Amino acid sequence: MPDLSQVLAAQVPLGWYLILSVILFVIGAAGFLIRRNIITVFMCIELMLNAVNLSFIAFSHKLKMVDGHIYSFFVMVVAAAEAAVGLAIILTVFKNRETLEIDEVSSLKL
Amino acid sequence: MSVSFVPSAQELARFAPEMALALGATLVMLGEALWKSGSRSKLAALAFLTLLAAAALAVFAAGDPGPAFSNLLAVDGFSTFFRVLVCAAGMLVVLISTNYLRQEGHDSGEYYALILFSVAGQCLMAASNELIMLFIGLECSSIASYVLAGYLRDDKRNNEAALKYFLLGSFASAFFLYGVAWLWGASGTTNLSELRRLLLDPSSGVSVTVTAAAAALLLVGLAFKVSAAPFQMWAPDVYQGAPAPVAAFLSVGPKAAAFAMFLRILMTTFVPLRGRWEPVLWAVALATMVIGNFAALHQTNVKRLLAYSSIAHAGYILVALTAMSDTGAAAAMFYLAAYTFMNIGAFAVVTYVAGRGEKHVELMDLAGLSRRSPVMAAVLSIFLLSLTGVPLTAGFFGKFYIFKAALDADLVWLAVLGLLNSAVAAYYYLRIIVMMYMQEPSAGAGPLPAPGAGMRWALAASVAGTFVLGVAPSLVLDYATASAPLLR
Repeated sequence: MPDLSQVLAAQVPLGWYLILSVILFVIGAAGFLIRRNIITVFMCIELMLNAVNLSFIAFSHKLKMVDGHIYSFFVMVVAAAEAAVGLAIILTVFKNRETLEIDEVSSLKL
Repeated sequence: MSVSFVPSAQELARFAPEMALALGATLVMLGEALWKSGSRSKLAALAFLTLLAAAALAVFAAGDPGPAFSNLLAVDGFSTFFRVLVCAAGMLVVLISTNYLRQEGHDSGEYYALILFSVAGQCLMAASNELIMLFIGLECSSIASYVLAGYLRDDKRNNEAALKYFLLGSFASAFFLYGVAWLWGASGTTNLSELRRLLLDPSSGVSVTVTAAAAALLLVGLAFKVSAAPFQMWAPDVYQGAPAPVAAFLSVGPKAAAFAMFLRILMTTFVPLRGRWEPVLWAVALATMVIGNFAALHQTNVKRLLAYSSIAHAGYILVALTAMSDTGAAAAMFYLAAYTFMNIGAFAVVTYVAGRGEKHVELMDLAGLSRRSPVMAAVLSIFLLSLTGVPLTAGFFGKFYIFKAALDADLVWLAVLGLLNSAVAAYYYLRIIVMMYMQEPSAGAGPLPAPGAGMRWALAASVAGTFVLGVAPSLVLDYATASAPLLR
Protein backbone atom coordinates (compact mmCIF):
# COMPACT_ATOMS: atom_id res chain seq x y z
CA MET A 1 0.00 0.00 0.00
CA PRO A 2 1.69 3.27 -1.09
CA ASP A 3 2.01 6.16 1.30
CA LEU A 4 -0.91 8.54 0.85
CA SER A 5 1.24 11.69 1.07
CA GLN A 6 3.42 10.42 -1.78
CA VAL A 7 0.44 9.61 -3.95
CA LEU A 8 -1.10 13.04 -3.35
CA ALA A 9 2.17 14.79 -4.10
CA ALA A 10 2.87 12.78 -7.23
CA GLN A 11 -0.59 12.83 -8.76
CA VAL A 12 -2.28 16.04 -7.66
CA PRO A 13 -0.60 19.06 -9.25
CA LEU A 14 -0.02 22.26 -7.29
CA GLY A 15 -2.60 24.15 -9.34
CA TRP A 16 -5.46 22.07 -7.97
CA TYR A 17 -4.60 22.90 -4.38
CA LEU A 18 -4.42 26.57 -5.28
CA ILE A 19 -7.73 26.46 -7.14
CA LEU A 20 -9.33 24.77 -4.13
CA SER A 21 -7.86 27.43 -1.87
CA VAL A 22 -9.21 30.23 -4.10
CA ILE A 23 -12.65 28.59 -4.13
CA LEU A 24 -12.64 28.27 -0.33
CA PHE A 25 -11.52 31.88 0.06
CA VAL A 26 -14.22 33.16 -2.29
CA ILE A 27 -16.90 31.07 -0.55
CA GLY A 28 -15.75 32.54 2.75
CA ALA A 29 -15.73 36.12 1.47
CA ALA A 30 -19.11 35.73 -0.26
CA GLY A 31 -20.60 34.10 2.83
CA PHE A 32 -19.29 36.96 4.96
CA LEU A 33 -21.14 39.44 2.79
CA ILE A 34 -24.35 37.44 2.26
CA ARG A 35 -25.08 35.45 5.43
CA ARG A 36 -27.01 37.22 8.19
CA ASN A 37 -26.31 35.04 11.22
CA ILE A 38 -23.36 36.27 13.28
CA ILE A 39 -22.01 32.77 13.98
CA THR A 40 -22.19 31.85 10.30
CA VAL A 41 -20.42 35.08 9.36
CA PHE A 42 -17.73 34.23 11.88
CA MET A 43 -17.38 30.72 10.42
CA CYS A 44 -16.92 32.28 6.98
CA ILE A 45 -13.92 34.20 8.31
CA GLU A 46 -12.46 30.94 9.63
CA LEU A 47 -13.01 29.43 6.20
CA MET A 48 -11.02 32.25 4.63
CA LEU A 49 -8.17 31.67 7.09
CA ASN A 50 -8.17 27.97 6.29
CA ALA A 51 -7.97 28.77 2.58
CA VAL A 52 -4.86 30.77 3.46
CA ASN A 53 -3.43 27.79 5.36
CA LEU A 54 -4.07 25.48 2.44
CA SER A 55 -2.21 27.73 0.04
CA PHE A 56 0.68 28.10 2.51
CA ILE A 57 1.04 24.33 2.74
CA ALA A 58 0.71 23.80 -1.00
CA PHE A 59 3.32 26.45 -1.76
CA SER A 60 5.52 25.01 0.95
CA HIS A 61 5.48 21.67 -0.84
CA LYS A 62 6.24 23.24 -4.21
CA LEU A 63 9.05 25.45 -2.94
CA LYS A 64 10.47 22.60 -0.82
CA MET A 65 10.61 25.03 2.12
CA VAL A 66 9.38 24.31 5.60
CA ASP A 67 8.52 27.98 6.24
CA GLY A 68 4.97 27.54 4.97
CA HIS A 69 4.21 25.01 7.68
CA ILE A 70 5.42 27.40 10.33
CA TYR A 71 3.39 30.25 8.86
CA SER A 72 0.27 28.11 8.89
CA PHE A 73 0.86 27.40 12.59
CA PHE A 74 1.09 31.15 13.17
CA VAL A 75 -2.20 31.56 11.34
CA MET A 76 -3.86 28.83 13.43
CA VAL A 77 -2.69 30.38 16.69
CA VAL A 78 -3.91 33.82 15.65
CA ALA A 79 -7.22 32.33 14.46
CA ALA A 80 -7.64 30.63 17.85
CA ALA A 81 -6.98 33.90 19.68
CA GLU A 82 -9.40 35.67 17.39
CA ALA A 83 -12.04 33.00 17.97
CA ALA A 84 -11.69 33.35 21.75
CA VAL A 85 -12.20 37.11 21.63
CA GLY A 86 -14.80 36.93 18.87
CA LEU A 87 -17.00 34.36 20.56
CA ALA A 88 -16.83 36.35 23.80
CA ILE A 89 -17.98 39.47 21.93
CA ILE A 90 -20.78 37.50 20.23
CA LEU A 91 -21.86 36.15 23.66
CA THR A 92 -22.13 39.64 25.17
CA VAL A 93 -24.14 40.77 22.14
CA PHE A 94 -26.49 37.84 22.57
CA LYS A 95 -26.80 38.46 26.31
CA ASN A 96 -27.79 42.09 25.80
CA ARG A 97 -30.01 41.70 22.74
CA GLU A 98 -31.08 38.04 22.59
CA THR A 99 -30.58 37.90 18.86
CA LEU A 100 -27.88 36.66 16.54
CA GLU A 101 -29.27 38.27 13.39
CA ILE A 102 -26.72 40.79 12.19
CA ASP A 103 -29.36 43.16 10.79
CA GLU A 104 -30.94 43.55 14.20
CA VAL A 105 -27.64 44.72 15.72
CA SER A 106 -27.89 48.18 14.22
CA SER A 107 -28.78 50.72 16.84
CA LEU A 108 -25.96 52.97 15.66
CA LYS A 109 -26.94 55.26 12.87
CA LEU A 110 -25.86 54.28 9.38
CA MET B 1 23.09 31.18 6.19
CA SER B 2 23.87 30.23 9.74
CA VAL B 3 21.17 31.15 12.18
CA SER B 4 21.78 31.43 15.88
CA PHE B 5 18.74 30.73 18.01
CA VAL B 6 20.21 32.49 21.00
CA PRO B 7 19.41 36.19 20.65
CA SER B 8 22.36 38.48 21.15
CA ALA B 9 22.26 41.39 23.57
CA GLN B 10 22.15 43.72 20.58
CA GLU B 11 19.04 42.03 19.20
CA LEU B 12 17.35 42.11 22.57
CA ALA B 13 18.06 45.84 22.85
CA ARG B 14 16.44 46.36 19.45
CA PHE B 15 13.37 44.43 20.57
CA ALA B 16 13.29 46.01 24.04
CA PRO B 17 10.25 48.33 23.62
CA GLU B 18 7.92 45.46 22.73
CA MET B 19 9.30 43.33 25.57
CA ALA B 20 8.85 46.17 28.05
CA LEU B 21 5.25 46.69 26.94
CA ALA B 22 4.36 42.99 27.17
CA LEU B 23 6.03 42.77 30.59
CA GLY B 24 4.26 45.89 31.79
CA ALA B 25 0.90 44.57 30.58
CA THR B 26 1.47 41.31 32.45
CA LEU B 27 2.42 43.19 35.61
CA VAL B 28 -0.73 45.30 35.33
CA MET B 29 -2.85 42.14 35.12
CA LEU B 30 -1.00 40.64 38.11
CA GLY B 31 -1.50 43.87 40.03
CA GLU B 32 -5.19 43.77 39.20
CA ALA B 33 -5.40 40.31 40.78
CA LEU B 34 -3.16 40.90 43.79
CA TRP B 35 -3.71 44.48 44.90
CA LYS B 36 -6.76 45.65 46.79
CA SER B 37 -9.45 47.35 44.77
CA GLY B 38 -8.59 50.76 46.22
CA SER B 39 -5.32 50.98 44.33
CA ARG B 40 -6.60 51.33 40.78
CA SER B 41 -4.74 54.57 40.15
CA LYS B 42 -1.51 52.68 40.77
CA LEU B 43 -2.32 50.47 37.77
CA ALA B 44 -2.87 53.50 35.53
CA ALA B 45 0.44 54.93 36.75
CA LEU B 46 2.17 51.60 36.07
CA ALA B 47 0.73 51.55 32.53
CA PHE B 48 1.82 55.14 31.95
CA LEU B 49 5.35 54.45 33.18
CA THR B 50 5.58 51.32 31.01
CA LEU B 51 4.67 53.36 27.93
CA LEU B 52 7.21 56.00 28.92
CA ALA B 53 9.86 53.32 29.41
CA ALA B 54 9.00 51.74 26.05
CA ALA B 55 9.35 55.10 24.29
CA ALA B 56 12.70 55.67 26.04
CA LEU B 57 13.89 52.18 25.06
CA ALA B 58 12.85 52.84 21.46
CA VAL B 59 14.95 56.01 21.45
CA PHE B 60 17.81 54.11 23.10
CA ALA B 61 17.58 51.30 20.51
CA ALA B 62 17.78 53.89 17.74
CA GLY B 63 21.32 54.70 18.89
CA ASP B 64 22.39 51.38 17.39
CA PRO B 65 20.21 50.88 14.32
CA GLY B 66 20.14 47.71 12.28
CA PRO B 67 18.29 44.44 11.75
CA ALA B 68 17.44 41.94 14.47
CA PHE B 69 16.32 38.30 14.62
CA SER B 70 17.41 37.17 11.15
CA ASN B 71 16.23 40.42 9.59
CA LEU B 72 12.67 40.05 10.93
CA LEU B 73 12.90 43.45 12.59
CA ALA B 74 14.52 46.58 11.26
CA VAL B 75 15.32 49.27 13.79
CA ASP B 76 15.81 52.49 11.85
CA GLY B 77 14.73 56.11 12.11
CA PHE B 78 11.37 55.26 10.59
CA SER B 79 10.47 52.53 13.08
CA THR B 80 11.73 54.65 15.98
CA PHE B 81 9.52 57.54 14.87
CA PHE B 82 6.40 55.38 14.86
CA ARG B 83 7.32 53.47 18.03
CA VAL B 84 7.61 56.73 19.94
CA LEU B 85 4.46 58.07 18.30
CA VAL B 86 2.25 55.11 19.26
CA CYS B 87 3.68 55.10 22.80
CA ALA B 88 2.87 58.82 23.08
CA ALA B 89 -0.67 58.16 21.83
CA GLY B 90 -0.98 55.38 24.42
CA MET B 91 0.17 57.71 27.22
CA LEU B 92 -2.34 60.40 26.26
CA VAL B 93 -5.14 57.82 26.14
CA VAL B 94 -4.21 56.41 29.56
CA LEU B 95 -4.38 59.95 30.95
CA ILE B 96 -7.85 60.68 29.54
CA SER B 97 -9.17 57.24 30.52
CA THR B 98 -8.65 57.21 34.29
CA ASN B 99 -11.45 59.56 35.16
CA TYR B 100 -13.80 58.16 32.52
CA LEU B 101 -13.44 54.60 33.81
CA ARG B 102 -14.03 55.66 37.40
CA GLN B 103 -17.13 57.54 36.33
CA GLU B 104 -18.49 54.53 34.42
CA GLY B 105 -17.73 52.18 37.34
CA HIS B 106 -15.45 49.97 35.26
CA ASP B 107 -12.10 51.05 36.63
CA SER B 108 -10.06 47.88 36.36
CA GLY B 109 -6.57 46.88 35.35
CA GLU B 110 -7.38 44.92 32.22
CA TYR B 111 -8.21 48.13 30.39
CA TYR B 112 -4.65 49.34 30.81
CA ALA B 113 -3.24 45.88 30.08
CA LEU B 114 -5.17 45.81 26.80
CA ILE B 115 -3.89 49.26 25.85
CA LEU B 116 -0.34 48.08 26.53
CA PHE B 117 -0.77 44.88 24.49
CA SER B 118 -2.26 46.87 21.66
CA VAL B 119 0.61 49.37 21.71
CA ALA B 120 3.09 46.47 21.77
CA GLY B 121 1.49 45.15 18.58
CA GLN B 122 1.68 48.60 17.04
CA CYS B 123 5.38 48.93 17.90
CA LEU B 124 5.94 45.57 16.24
CA MET B 125 4.06 46.75 13.14
CA ALA B 126 6.30 49.80 12.98
CA ALA B 127 9.53 47.82 13.28
CA SER B 128 8.81 44.65 11.29
CA ASN B 129 10.61 44.10 8.04
CA GLU B 130 8.81 40.88 7.24
CA LEU B 131 5.25 40.15 6.20
CA ILE B 132 4.45 37.46 8.77
CA MET B 133 5.82 39.63 11.59
CA LEU B 134 3.71 42.50 10.29
CA PHE B 135 0.70 40.21 10.47
CA ILE B 136 1.49 39.14 14.04
CA GLY B 137 1.88 42.79 15.08
CA LEU B 138 -1.34 43.70 13.31
CA GLU B 139 -3.26 40.95 15.09
CA CYS B 140 -1.72 41.78 18.48
CA SER B 141 -2.89 45.33 18.04
CA SER B 142 -6.28 44.42 16.57
CA ILE B 143 -7.36 41.68 18.98
CA ALA B 144 -6.66 43.92 21.97
CA SER B 145 -8.57 46.77 20.30
CA TYR B 146 -11.61 44.54 19.61
CA VAL B 147 -11.91 43.98 23.34
CA LEU B 148 -11.32 47.66 24.11
CA ALA B 149 -14.08 48.72 21.68
CA GLY B 150 -16.56 46.67 23.71
CA TYR B 151 -15.04 47.41 27.07
CA LEU B 152 -18.25 48.42 28.89
CA ARG B 153 -19.83 45.06 28.29
CA ASP B 154 -23.31 45.94 29.53
CA ASP B 155 -23.62 48.85 27.14
CA LYS B 156 -25.40 47.97 23.90
CA ARG B 157 -23.51 50.56 21.87
CA ASN B 158 -20.21 49.09 23.05
CA ASN B 159 -21.30 45.56 22.11
CA GLU B 160 -22.25 46.64 18.67
CA ALA B 161 -19.02 48.57 18.11
CA ALA B 162 -16.96 45.58 19.24
CA LEU B 163 -18.90 43.18 17.04
CA LYS B 164 -18.56 45.31 13.92
CA TYR B 165 -14.91 46.06 14.58
CA PHE B 166 -14.17 42.40 15.19
CA LEU B 167 -15.99 41.03 12.14
CA LEU B 168 -14.70 43.59 9.65
CA GLY B 169 -11.21 43.62 11.19
CA SER B 170 -10.82 39.84 10.90
CA PHE B 171 -12.23 39.97 7.38
CA ALA B 172 -9.53 42.49 6.46
CA SER B 173 -6.81 40.43 8.18
CA ALA B 174 -7.82 37.41 6.11
CA PHE B 175 -7.37 39.43 2.91
CA PHE B 176 -3.99 40.68 4.06
CA LEU B 177 -2.90 37.17 4.94
CA TYR B 178 -4.04 35.71 1.63
CA GLY B 179 -1.93 38.35 -0.11
CA VAL B 180 1.04 37.30 2.04
CA ALA B 181 0.49 33.64 1.12
CA TRP B 182 0.51 34.36 -2.62
CA LEU B 183 3.50 36.68 -2.37
CA TRP B 184 5.40 33.98 -0.55
CA GLY B 185 4.30 31.37 -3.07
CA ALA B 186 5.42 33.52 -5.98
CA SER B 187 8.77 34.55 -4.57
CA GLY B 188 9.73 32.16 -1.78
CA THR B 189 10.37 34.96 0.70
CA THR B 190 8.37 37.14 3.04
CA ASN B 191 11.20 39.52 3.82
CA LEU B 192 10.45 42.98 2.44
CA SER B 193 14.01 43.90 1.42
CA GLU B 194 14.50 40.48 -0.15
CA LEU B 195 11.19 40.79 -2.04
CA ARG B 196 12.27 44.16 -3.36
CA ARG B 197 15.55 42.71 -4.59
CA LEU B 198 13.74 39.84 -6.35
CA LEU B 199 11.18 42.13 -7.97
CA LEU B 200 13.88 44.46 -9.29
CA ASP B 201 15.87 41.57 -10.72
CA PRO B 202 14.30 40.45 -14.03
CA SER B 203 16.19 37.15 -13.98
CA SER B 204 14.63 36.04 -10.66
CA GLY B 205 11.60 34.58 -12.46
CA VAL B 206 9.07 36.07 -10.01
CA SER B 207 5.77 36.48 -11.85
CA VAL B 208 4.75 40.13 -11.94
CA THR B 209 1.09 39.23 -12.51
CA VAL B 210 0.87 37.04 -9.42
CA THR B 211 2.79 39.60 -7.35
CA ALA B 212 0.49 42.38 -8.49
CA ALA B 213 -2.60 40.29 -7.63
CA ALA B 214 -1.15 39.51 -4.20
CA ALA B 215 -0.32 43.19 -3.76
CA ALA B 216 -3.97 44.01 -4.48
CA LEU B 217 -5.05 41.64 -1.68
CA LEU B 218 -2.55 43.32 0.67
CA LEU B 219 -3.94 46.70 -0.35
CA VAL B 220 -7.48 45.62 0.56
CA GLY B 221 -6.33 44.53 4.01
CA LEU B 222 -4.34 47.71 4.61
CA ALA B 223 -7.12 49.96 3.28
CA PHE B 224 -9.52 48.42 5.81
CA LYS B 225 -7.11 49.08 8.66
CA VAL B 226 -6.54 52.74 7.76
CA SER B 227 -10.29 53.15 6.99
CA ALA B 228 -9.76 54.13 3.37
CA ALA B 229 -12.65 54.13 0.91
CA PRO B 230 -14.34 51.87 -0.14
CA PHE B 231 -13.54 50.02 3.10
CA GLN B 232 -14.32 52.85 5.51
CA MET B 233 -17.83 51.84 6.61
CA TRP B 234 -16.80 50.28 9.91
CA ALA B 235 -15.13 53.42 11.26
CA PRO B 236 -18.20 55.59 12.02
CA ASP B 237 -20.07 52.79 13.79
CA VAL B 238 -17.03 51.72 15.80
CA TYR B 239 -15.98 55.22 16.87
CA GLN B 240 -19.54 56.16 17.76
CA GLY B 241 -20.22 52.98 19.72
CA ALA B 242 -16.90 52.51 21.51
CA PRO B 243 -16.18 54.33 24.80
CA ALA B 244 -14.93 57.85 23.97
CA PRO B 245 -11.32 57.37 25.20
CA VAL B 246 -11.12 54.09 23.28
CA ALA B 247 -12.39 55.86 20.16
CA ALA B 248 -9.57 58.37 20.66
CA PHE B 249 -7.12 55.48 20.84
CA LEU B 250 -8.53 53.61 17.82
CA SER B 251 -8.53 56.70 15.65
CA VAL B 252 -4.83 57.30 16.31
CA GLY B 253 -2.73 54.34 17.50
CA PRO B 254 -3.78 51.48 15.20
CA LYS B 255 -4.16 53.94 12.34
CA ALA B 256 -0.63 55.35 12.72
CA ALA B 257 0.80 51.83 12.92
CA ALA B 258 -1.22 50.70 9.89
CA PHE B 259 0.10 53.69 7.94
CA ALA B 260 3.64 52.77 9.05
CA MET B 261 3.06 49.30 7.62
CA PHE B 262 1.54 50.75 4.48
CA LEU B 263 4.49 53.09 3.96
CA ARG B 264 7.06 50.40 4.56
CA ILE B 265 5.43 47.93 2.18
CA LEU B 266 4.83 50.61 -0.44
CA MET B 267 8.19 52.33 -0.25
CA THR B 268 10.35 49.22 -0.09
CA THR B 269 8.76 46.27 -1.76
CA PHE B 270 6.35 47.64 -4.27
CA VAL B 271 8.37 50.42 -5.82
CA PRO B 272 8.94 48.07 -8.78
CA LEU B 273 5.15 47.75 -9.15
CA ARG B 274 4.70 51.49 -8.91
CA GLY B 275 2.87 51.90 -12.22
CA ARG B 276 0.14 49.53 -11.08
CA TRP B 277 -0.27 51.00 -7.58
CA GLU B 278 -0.38 54.64 -8.47
CA PRO B 279 -3.76 54.94 -10.26
CA VAL B 280 -5.42 52.77 -7.60
CA LEU B 281 -4.00 54.82 -4.74
CA TRP B 282 -4.95 58.03 -6.54
CA ALA B 283 -8.58 56.97 -6.75
CA VAL B 284 -8.63 55.58 -3.19
CA ALA B 285 -7.14 58.79 -1.75
CA LEU B 286 -9.66 60.99 -3.55
CA ALA B 287 -12.64 58.78 -2.68
CA THR B 288 -11.57 58.64 0.99
CA MET B 289 -11.33 62.43 1.25
CA VAL B 290 -14.63 63.03 -0.51
CA ILE B 291 -16.62 60.40 1.40
CA GLY B 292 -15.17 61.43 4.76
CA ASN B 293 -15.75 65.15 4.31
CA PHE B 294 -19.17 65.06 2.69
CA ALA B 295 -20.57 62.47 5.11
CA ALA B 296 -19.28 64.53 8.05
CA LEU B 297 -21.29 67.56 6.88
CA HIS B 298 -24.64 66.31 8.11
CA GLN B 299 -23.71 64.40 11.26
CA THR B 300 -25.39 65.25 14.54
CA ASN B 301 -23.35 62.97 16.80
CA VAL B 302 -19.94 64.41 17.70
CA LYS B 303 -18.16 61.06 17.88
CA ARG B 304 -19.58 60.09 14.51
CA LEU B 305 -18.57 63.44 13.05
CA LEU B 306 -15.01 62.95 14.31
CA ALA B 307 -15.04 59.44 12.84
CA TYR B 308 -15.87 60.78 9.38
CA SER B 309 -13.31 63.52 9.87
CA SER B 310 -10.71 60.87 10.69
CA ILE B 311 -11.63 59.08 7.46
CA ALA B 312 -11.02 62.34 5.60
CA HIS B 313 -7.65 62.73 7.33
CA ALA B 314 -6.72 59.21 6.25
CA GLY B 315 -7.50 60.45 2.74
CA TYR B 316 -5.05 63.36 3.08
CA ILE B 317 -2.35 60.97 4.28
CA LEU B 318 -3.09 58.69 1.32
CA VAL B 319 -2.40 61.68 -0.95
CA ALA B 320 1.11 61.76 0.53
CA LEU B 321 1.44 58.01 -0.05
CA THR B 322 0.32 58.36 -3.66
CA ALA B 323 3.27 60.70 -4.23
CA MET B 324 5.52 57.69 -3.45
CA SER B 325 8.52 59.88 -2.78
CA ASP B 326 10.74 60.56 0.21
CA THR B 327 9.09 63.93 0.72
CA GLY B 328 5.71 62.19 0.56
CA ALA B 329 6.71 59.67 3.22
CA ALA B 330 8.11 62.44 5.43
CA ALA B 331 4.91 64.47 4.97
CA ALA B 332 2.79 61.45 5.96
CA MET B 333 4.93 60.91 9.07
CA PHE B 334 4.63 64.56 10.06
CA TYR B 335 0.88 64.56 9.45
CA LEU B 336 0.41 61.47 11.62
CA ALA B 337 2.32 63.14 14.47
CA ALA B 338 0.21 66.30 14.16
CA TYR B 339 -2.98 64.26 13.83
CA THR B 340 -2.16 62.30 17.00
CA PHE B 341 -2.16 65.44 19.14
CA MET B 342 -5.12 67.20 17.62
CA ASN B 343 -7.40 64.18 17.31
CA ILE B 344 -6.74 62.77 20.79
CA GLY B 345 -7.25 66.30 22.09
CA ALA B 346 -10.61 66.65 20.34
CA PHE B 347 -11.77 63.25 21.58
CA ALA B 348 -10.56 64.13 25.09
CA VAL B 349 -12.85 67.15 25.20
CA VAL B 350 -15.71 65.01 23.87
CA THR B 351 -14.99 62.47 26.61
CA TYR B 352 -15.14 65.23 29.17
CA VAL B 353 -18.38 66.80 27.90
CA ALA B 354 -20.07 63.41 27.37
CA GLY B 355 -20.47 62.90 31.10
CA ARG B 356 -21.61 59.80 32.90
CA GLY B 357 -22.99 57.08 30.61
CA GLU B 358 -21.96 59.18 27.58
CA LYS B 359 -25.35 60.85 27.47
CA HIS B 360 -24.11 64.12 25.95
CA VAL B 361 -22.46 63.23 22.68
CA GLU B 362 -24.78 65.11 20.30
CA LEU B 363 -23.65 68.30 18.58
CA MET B 364 -26.38 70.17 20.48
CA ASP B 365 -24.65 69.27 23.75
CA LEU B 366 -21.70 71.41 22.68
CA ALA B 367 -23.91 74.48 22.19
CA GLY B 368 -22.90 77.26 24.52
CA LEU B 369 -19.91 75.34 25.86
CA SER B 370 -18.03 78.65 26.10
CA ARG B 371 -20.36 79.63 28.95
CA ARG B 372 -20.40 76.29 30.71
CA SER B 373 -16.66 75.78 30.58
CA PRO B 374 -14.68 78.53 28.80
CA VAL B 375 -11.36 76.72 28.99
CA MET B 376 -12.71 73.54 27.39
CA ALA B 377 -14.39 75.53 24.63
CA ALA B 378 -11.11 77.33 23.90
CA VAL B 379 -9.13 74.09 23.92
CA LEU B 380 -11.58 72.32 21.61
CA SER B 381 -11.50 75.33 19.27
CA ILE B 382 -7.71 75.00 19.03
CA PHE B 383 -7.97 71.33 18.07
CA LEU B 384 -10.74 71.98 15.55
CA LEU B 385 -8.80 74.85 13.98
CA SER B 386 -5.80 72.56 13.73
CA LEU B 387 -7.92 69.83 12.14
CA THR B 388 -9.13 72.46 9.66
CA GLY B 389 -5.53 73.43 8.91
CA VAL B 390 -5.33 77.02 10.14
CA PRO B 391 -1.79 78.51 10.26
CA LEU B 392 0.11 78.44 13.57
CA THR B 393 -1.35 75.01 14.30
CA ALA B 394 0.12 71.61 13.49
CA GLY B 395 -2.61 70.79 10.98
CA PHE B 396 -1.57 73.66 8.71
CA PHE B 397 1.96 72.41 8.15
CA GLY B 398 0.71 68.83 7.92
CA LYS B 399 -1.55 69.70 4.99
CA PHE B 400 1.05 72.06 3.52
CA TYR B 401 3.73 69.37 3.33
CA ILE B 402 1.32 66.77 1.98
CA PHE B 403 0.08 68.95 -0.85
CA LYS B 404 3.62 70.13 -1.56
CA ALA B 405 4.74 66.51 -1.88
CA ALA B 406 1.79 65.84 -4.19
CA LEU B 407 2.72 68.82 -6.39
CA ASP B 408 6.36 67.74 -6.48
CA ALA B 409 5.21 64.35 -7.75
CA ASP B 410 3.10 66.00 -10.50
CA LEU B 411 -0.18 65.04 -8.85
CA VAL B 412 -1.64 68.47 -9.52
CA TRP B 413 -5.26 67.40 -9.75
CA LEU B 414 -5.10 65.35 -6.58
CA ALA B 415 -3.57 68.30 -4.73
CA VAL B 416 -6.23 70.70 -6.04
CA LEU B 417 -9.09 68.33 -5.17
CA GLY B 418 -7.53 67.75 -1.75
CA LEU B 419 -7.41 71.49 -1.10
CA LEU B 420 -11.05 71.86 -2.13
CA ASN B 421 -11.86 69.05 0.26
CA SER B 422 -10.20 70.82 3.17
CA ALA B 423 -12.39 73.82 2.38
CA VAL B 424 -15.45 71.58 2.74
CA ALA B 425 -14.03 70.27 6.02
CA ALA B 426 -13.71 73.81 7.35
CA TYR B 427 -17.50 74.08 7.27
CA TYR B 428 -18.23 71.34 9.78
CA TYR B 429 -15.29 72.14 12.06
CA LEU B 430 -16.11 75.84 12.20
CA ARG B 431 -19.81 75.06 12.71
CA ILE B 432 -18.90 73.40 16.03
CA ILE B 433 -16.91 76.47 17.08
CA VAL B 434 -19.84 78.72 16.15
CA MET B 435 -22.18 76.53 18.18
CA MET B 436 -19.89 76.67 21.21
CA TYR B 437 -19.55 80.47 21.16
CA MET B 438 -22.68 81.86 19.53
CA GLN B 439 -25.47 79.65 20.82
CA GLU B 440 -27.13 79.42 24.20
CA PRO B 441 -26.62 76.24 26.22
CA SER B 442 -29.64 73.95 26.13
CA ALA B 443 -32.00 74.17 29.07
CA GLY B 444 -30.88 72.32 32.19
CA ALA B 445 -27.21 72.25 31.17
CA GLY B 446 -25.33 73.72 34.10
CA PRO B 447 -21.61 74.42 34.44
CA LEU B 448 -19.46 71.33 33.99
CA PRO B 449 -17.44 69.83 36.85
CA ALA B 450 -13.70 70.51 36.91
CA PRO B 451 -11.73 67.99 34.84
CA GLY B 452 -9.54 65.43 36.59
CA ALA B 453 -5.76 65.73 36.77
CA GLY B 454 -5.13 63.18 34.01
CA MET B 455 -7.47 64.97 31.64
CA ARG B 456 -5.81 68.32 32.38
CA TRP B 457 -2.34 66.93 31.65
CA ALA B 458 -3.47 65.19 28.48
CA LEU B 459 -5.13 68.36 27.19
CA ALA B 460 -2.11 70.48 28.09
CA ALA B 461 0.19 68.06 26.28
CA SER B 462 -2.07 67.94 23.21
CA VAL B 463 -2.36 71.74 23.04
CA ALA B 464 1.40 72.05 23.46
CA GLY B 465 2.00 69.44 20.75
CA THR B 466 -0.42 71.16 18.38
CA PHE B 467 1.27 74.53 18.81
CA VAL B 468 4.87 73.30 18.83
CA LEU B 469 4.35 71.42 15.57
CA GLY B 470 2.55 74.45 14.18
CA VAL B 471 5.24 76.97 15.09
CA ALA B 472 8.40 74.87 14.77
CA PRO B 473 7.52 72.01 12.41
CA SER B 474 11.17 71.39 11.57
CA LEU B 475 11.62 69.68 14.96
CA VAL B 476 9.70 66.68 13.66
CA LEU B 477 9.93 67.21 9.93
CA ASP B 478 13.74 67.19 9.84
CA TYR B 479 13.76 63.86 11.63
CA ALA B 480 11.08 62.47 9.30
CA THR B 481 12.91 63.73 6.21
CA ALA B 482 16.15 62.17 7.41
CA SER B 483 14.58 58.81 8.20
CA ALA B 484 12.24 58.39 5.21
CA PRO B 485 14.99 57.46 2.68
CA LEU B 486 16.31 54.87 5.15
CA LEU B 487 13.22 52.80 4.42
CA ARG B 488 14.87 51.12 1.49
